[in-house]
Amino acid sequence: MTDLHLGQHISRQFNEELEDVRSKVLYMGGLVEEQLANALRVLVNDEVELARDVINADSAVNSLEVDIDEECTRIVARRQPAATDLRLVMTVSKTINDLERIGDEAKRVAKMSRKDMDGALRDDVRTDLEFMGSLVRDMLRQVLDAFARTDVDTAILVVKSDKKVDKRYKKVIKKLIKQMGKDPDTIPGTLNIMWAARSLERLADRCQNIAEHVIYMVLGMDVRHIRLDDILAEIEAQSELEPE
Amino acid sequence: MTQQEQLQAEKIKASHNVAVTVSDLDLYYGETRALQEINLTIPEKQVTAFIGPSGCGKSTLLRCFNRLNDLIDICRVDGEILLNGRDIYAEDVEVAELRREVGIVFQKPNPFPKSIYENVAYGLRIQGVNKRRQLDETVEWALKGAALWDEVKDRLNDSAFGLSGGQQQRLVIARAIAVQPKCILLDEPCSALDPISTLKVEELIAELKSQYTIIMVTHNMQQAARVSDYTAFMYMGELIEFGETDQIFTNPRLKKTEDYITGRYG
Repeated sequence: MTDLHLGQHISRQFNEELEDVRSKVLYMGGLVEEQLANALRVLVNDEVELARDVINADSAVNSLEVDIDEECTRIVARRQPAATDLRLVMTVSKTINDLERIGDEAKRVAKMSRKDMDGALRDDVRTDLEFMGSLVRDMLRQVLDAFARTDVDTAILVVKSDKKVDKRYKKVIKKLIKQMGKDPDTIPGTLNIMWAARSLERLADRCQNIAEHVIYMVLGMDVRHIRLDDILAEIEAQSELEPE
Repeated sequence: MTQQEQLQAEKIKASHNVAVTVSDLDLYYGETRALQEINLTIPEKQVTAFIGPSGCGKSTLLRCFNRLNDLIDICRVDGEILLNGRDIYAEDVEVAELRREVGIVFQKPNPFPKSIYENVAYGLRIQGVNKRRQLDETVEWALKGAALWDEVKDRLNDSAFGLSGGQQQRLVIARAIAVQPKCILLDEPCSALDPISTLKVEELIAELKSQYTIIMVTHNMQQAARVSDYTAFMYMGELIEFGETDQIFTNPRLKKTEDYITGRYG
């Protein structure tokens, strides 16, 4: 784990600006986490009344995104950050975009779940969705943690989890297609379930994106579009080159 | 030479011709060791910037490349500097000849108290060139090369002191390139200039590098980031880190470098 040493600038004001932007991201992350948790309760526990909360939280998340983005622009213009500072600002700017989209997907899950799925959501699929949901929730929590503590190991865990979500997603889709063939009356409801499952899968992708941003922030290594094994090999290679 | 320095040198050799090779260079001012075991490979026709806090030895190192330190009595140099493969501290080296190959431009513009034309023609006259046509051609070519021609072509015989600071600095650069050096040393060339003149000189540096190897010292880190291809960070007489500018400014390898370029306490 590497510390970003944000408090060590000669300019104390710069310390404060970077610290501020960082803590705002974590606050935004907290809001999105809550949105996701509520959306999952709507989906799995049929707590339909929570759907409103999920939808309402969206505007706060959106305005935070705009606010943080502006702050990043201001820091770049006024401070010309370099090295870790630069990577932090770039990471923040990308991360808040992903967080905002996670909020959108949560909203979609809540909306789809609120719509009539009666008769269409069978117990085994419900269990699958519950499993996917808890994986995604863990991923989001872990990736925010990884960001807060500049922890590459946790970020890698998140990248790994995405594979599990993808796998389960494919399984769910297969089941749903079968179900639609067998029982055409449930097609409208099943399509909504499919959309919700799709959103969960996208959510996991977004968490993976943030995990990759965190790795970039800490190690200065761009690991997007690289296979996990190759990422690990590259990290290994870099640590061997570490200075004396 | 450390493993890292060796890797870096090989990387440069793979993609560029080498202009200057510094090996195990130590420099003493009397008893004080001002440079310690410098190992550095500088690529040809690229811009290499030296950054570091005041007194870290970057100007001292720069001045080794045309042996300007010879003028200081108590200064002693150990180690080797090769310019295009030739040892510049070898006994048979003519220092005047070396300085024709390696021009230098200082912090404050220092035109001679002569006309604009004579400032640029000076180096040629010293070499014994007196043919008017050849002088005219070279002066025009050098002033164009220094992006100054359009501003001064109608007043070539006016005193150089009538030019603005930024123009004087470009005039000095024209004087340096008039003798067609291989390498140009710039010692904080923009520190006395306003932002617009600074940008003009930076633009000029970017153009000059297609023909010359440029080595510059700058206190302005953003300037190093803007104009250089390679950056060397020095601290207390040591070369701490040397690498591609993109790498140094986005992902420096060492914490000392990181602290300096991000403005942190060491």
